[in-house]
Amino acid sequence: MTRLHVDWTRCDGHGACAELVPELLASDEWGFPLSRTGERDPEVPPALEEHAEHAVRSCPLMALRLV
Amino acid sequence: MNEALWALGRGTGIVALVMFTITLVLGIATHSGRSLGLGRFGIADVHRTAALTGVGLIAVHVGSLLFDPFAQLRLVDLVFPFLGAYRPFWLGLGTLAVDLLAVVTVVSLLRHRVGPRVFRAVHWLTYVLWPVALIHALGNGTDAGTVWMTGVAVTCFAAVTAAVFWRLLPSYGERGRTRNPRKIVR
Amino acid sequence: MTATPLTDTRRLLSAEPMGALPRLSPDSLLALAEDAGLTGRGGAGFPTAIKVRAVTQGRRAPVVVGNAMEGEPLSCKDAVLLTRVPHLVVDGLAIVAGALGAHEAVLAIGPEIDPTAATEAARTRGVEVARLEGGFVTGQESALVNQLDGRPAIPGDPLVRVTTRGVDGRPTLVLNAETLAQLGLIARHGVAWFREAGTPEDPGTSLFSISGAVEQAGVVEAPRGSRLGDVLASAGPVHPVAVLVGGFHGAWLPATALDTRLTSHDLKPYGAAVGAGVLHVLGHDLCPIRMAAGIAGYLADESAAQCGPCINGLPRMADALERLADRVPDPGLPAEIDRMRLLATGRGACAHPDGTARMVASTMRVFADHVSRHLAGHCEVEGGRR
Repeated sequence: MTRLHVDWTRCDGHGACAELVPELLASDEWGFPLSRTGERDPEVPPALEEHAEHAVRSCPLMALRLV
Repeated sequence: MNEALWALGRGTGIVALVMFTITLVLGIATHSGRSLGLGRFGIADVHRTAALTGVGLIAVHVGSLLFDPFAQLRLVDLVFPFLGAYRPFWLGLGTLAVDLLAVVTVVSLLRHRVGPRVFRAVHWLTYVLWPVALIHALGNGTDAGTVWMTGVAVTCFAAVTAAVFWRLLPSYGERGRTRNPRKIVR
Repeated sequence: MTATPLTDTRRLLSAEPMGALPRLSPDSLLALAEDAGLTGRGGAGFPTAIKVRAVTQGRRAPVVVGNAMEGEPLSCKDAVLLTRVPHLVVDGLAIVAGALGAHEAVLAIGPEIDPTAATEAARTRGVEVARLEGGFVTGQESALVNQLDGRPAIPGDPLVRVTTRGVDGRPTLVLNAETLAQLGLIARHGVAWFREAGTPEDPGTSLFSISGAVEQAGVVEAPRGSRLGDVLASAGPVHPVAVLVGGFHGAWLPATALDTRLTSHDLKPYGAAVGAGVLHVLGHDLCPIRMAAGIAGYLADESAAQCGPCINGLPRMADALERLADRVPDPGLPAEIDRMRLLATGRGACAHPDGTARMVASTMRVFADHVSRHLAGHCEVEGGRR
């Protein structure tokens, strides 16, 4: 089971992640990611793995990780 | 042949400048945190592609000028600025730009190794790199006085200025409080 | 199971100093913690054995840290331990460090605690004492590790646990001062002795810091699982309206629920937990909304300011609660408070925003009638509209 982990000590609310994998993450009113699945680190279904990896690469602050 | 090399050198230099302008503008735009409404488009990818394309073009730019006897470029001029024979000051700026580009590129490619703080700090050098490259192009390039070259330079300058202005608009701050981690240390 | 004065002088507040320390192997320490069923006394209530085991998995020699930061303003039990019976904490730390072959044993003391007696005791056992900078979140495990390493005292990403990589990159065991004292006593007197008090699921005793509308505030030792009212009895509550169980990150129990046992099971319906044993009594003279708003404001100020949801959500939640306390006629206030509460939950490097949200949620629930009256412009304590 792969999960998308947000390192909150790095996240600055740029929002690239919410754009690239909107099924899992929304943006709150301040720009910070909001998990859509109710879990803290949303589970990444196989179909979304590529998009999740793209999001991890695209975060300018390297605040995302797949665990 | 020499004219071809010279043309290649100039051409790649100018296109590289445009690439780096695109890179810088996109970098400023994504840093705003505002959604640009482009969905899965991945601006970060375009930023990266434009940057690496620029690097490739600079490699050809420098390579072709190395082999062009008219340019009088030596290997040492690739690293140490202001030692060149042809227009040493403007060439020196080019060398400086290449040095900065090398550092920024290497650190960016290794960003997962060096960590976000080092990556971010080095990335600020792009704000030095770009103006130096622009001034080098205007001073060193033999097309500097031409209309089209001036047009390219002005467009690049306008694009970056507009991006910076947009970035500094108040609505950026309304997005939320700035993160400002406490510095309490023993 | 009552909280009448304990006659067992081997318990915490009356224990005599030990002579030579027992030498344990890692396995016997683990067995001790496991069989005794000891849980952390610092707030999280995590099974101590699990933490100990985690720190033995690494290749490098671990670091053992005694957490006496006591960042919670309503808590003073660690201060009492370190000034009255510091040898208990130091001995516990030395026993654990010895058993694990630790590279270092450090007692981290917060600025509110007088370190004199503890420093003296530490010297005799070869334990280091670190006097650190304070603040509400500085006692959090990773924040403490960061400060010991010379970095800002703010929490790190919980993905990498301190038991895997902590002080100096080593596996680090952070245990509350009281937990260490308990562990030392268990090593001395045995598991059976420890289990004489408390419940089978939550054995032993623990310290409770009692404050607020009471005749005599202070620290009492009581068996785990005691009834709230019994623990408060010796402090003499004065016309209690409710009790904040668990400190600033805790939840309210109304005065009608004073016979509730202080166990995780019985406290669950109130959204509360024993935590670090903080019991703050609310009397008739203080408006609960006002009190909660004050706490929320303090907690917002104490944020490490490194995570977006916390630094944005907590001040807004506190402001809304303050407006509610002021009887501002805005029917949207409860919804705004709730919205901020949800935005601040489960999003951040530590549990600071979650704890704050918990306290606020409990306030809105337990004092729902106060909330209604405030929205109508009245407060039974502060009078009409401000």
